Amino acid sequence: MSNEIMSDIRRDHILNLLKDGKRIDGRGSGEFRKIEVVTNCIESADGSARVKIGKTEVIAGVKIIPGTPFPDTPNLGVLTTGAELIPMAHPSFESGPPGEDAIELARVVDRGIRESGMVDAEALCITPGEEVWMCFVDIYALDHDGNLFDASNLAAVCALRTAVIPGEQYGKGENRPLPITCTPVSVTEAKVGNTLIVDPNFDEEQISTARLTVTTDDNGNFRAMQKGGMGSITLDELSLCLDRAVEKGAEIRKIIG
Amino acid sequence: MSGHTDMVLVDENGMRIDGRTAEEHRNIKIEAGVLSNADGSAYVEIGKNKVLAAVYGPRECHPRHLQNPSKAIIQCKYNMQAFSVSDRKRPGPDRRSVEISKIISEALEKVVLTELYPRASIDVYIEILQANAGTRCAGLTAASVALADAGIPMRDIVPAIAAGKADGHVLLDLNKEEDNYGQADVPVAIVPSTDEIVLLQMDGNMTREEFDRAVKMAVGACHEVYELQKDALKRRYSANAKEADGDEQ
Repeated sequence: MSNEIMSDIRRDHILNLLKDGKRIDGRGSGEFRKIEVVTNCIESADGSARVKIGKTEVIAGVKIIPGTPFPDTPNLGVLTTGAELIPMAHPSFESGPPGEDAIELARVVDRGIRESGMVDAEALCITPGEEVWMCFVDIYALDHDGNLFDASNLAAVCALRTAVIPGEQYGKGENRPLPITCTPVSVTEAKVGNTLIVDPNFDEEQISTARLTVTTDDNGNFRAMQKGGMGSITLDELSLCLDRAVEKGAEIRKIIG
Repeated sequence: MSGHTDMVLVDENGMRIDGRTAEEHRNIKIEAGVLSNADGSAYVEIGKNKVLAAVYGPRECHPRHLQNPSKAIIQCKYNMQAFSVSDRKRPGPDRRSVEISKIISEALEKVVLTELYPRASIDVYIEILQANAGTRCAGLTAASVALADAGIPMRDIVPAIAAGKADGHVLLDLNKEEDNYGQADVPVAIVPSTDEIVLLQMDGNMTREEFDRAVKMAVGACHEVYELQKDALKRRYSANAKEADGDEQ
């Protein structure tokens, strides 16, 4: 996410620990940090969630407003996901329009939600061809200690699950919950040295060579993936990531209920 | 990726709408050294995709704050031309092209010996002249050839191709219809000498079995693309050698 300078001694320390299967914060290679989710924390939003994974913290809010559908999908609602890496979250983040890191983050989260069909787009139609509900998910990183991908995915998904279509506000019928079909959960792994670790913290992310985010649905099917970073992953490593994405995804689904 | 369609994409004999079997890629044409100003260039056609790639550098890195004191950086710009798709595409970068540029840069970083050119930038420009699904793979395939054509030291060439799923069948190298009405898309790029994956994305819906099959298919096809990439470079340089011979006589 950024090019912070890390001392060689710390880098070597992390790598040496990993050779013995240990991590600097004492976790196992397949272990997530503590996940905390607070939903409906913003009253002005139609749905919101604030998620902590360890010290990483992300907030996501949903706004739902009536708008015109795309001409090629006249009876489908519109879903848009955006992300901002604001200067508050880390000294390396700068203000201004989203850069490539923020854009990639938003698009990977978007892909998981969109491809899993989490939001029933047909149920967002008001008048076919004329008016549909447009659902905007905006994600802000508040505190960056690694793995913004999973934190953002979780925040966006939890915000959508609690979202309410504000029918009364716009004179379009009663307020009703946003129609949700499933819970896509992403699991991100970083390759540090030759070890794959789940939920990398900031320091681990800094010295990692590659990253793989895998999003699964409730059935454990794959809905989205994104490899990042300048390094490579082998086919065996890919297989491990897929196994763990299914396993960890199910665990996270239990945590968020 | 909606998957809601009455369109038959794979018939009862396993044939696809363009007459291919599940494991067949579209016709691929690769040419190296097609532009005169660029330090290296390549032209790639994969089915109806037409893609140009040009490389400038290693050269001074702009903006300067991006310079890396220990190695060169690769700055790729993927751009779709306004007339490359059926509805006119609004010119300029959008979120999709920013993301694709980033992941292509990262994929190339693995093979280019960037440590030889500290503080420099290697600029890779990919222009999509005509799009028909699979442009990021065609773009990366072209970019690798263009880098080699520019004489930039590399560990290997990166070939890329997508696999996917349409009508419930795992298919290689989806065309536009299969991509639009299919159920999944998995672009893959590898380092052929080690089979390491340097680019991997997936969207849609796949079981583990389907995904494993798609990756296996794509990795296999990457090796075929790799042979075509090498062949294009050999043709380019044997033509050069002949010219040089002619000058001497």
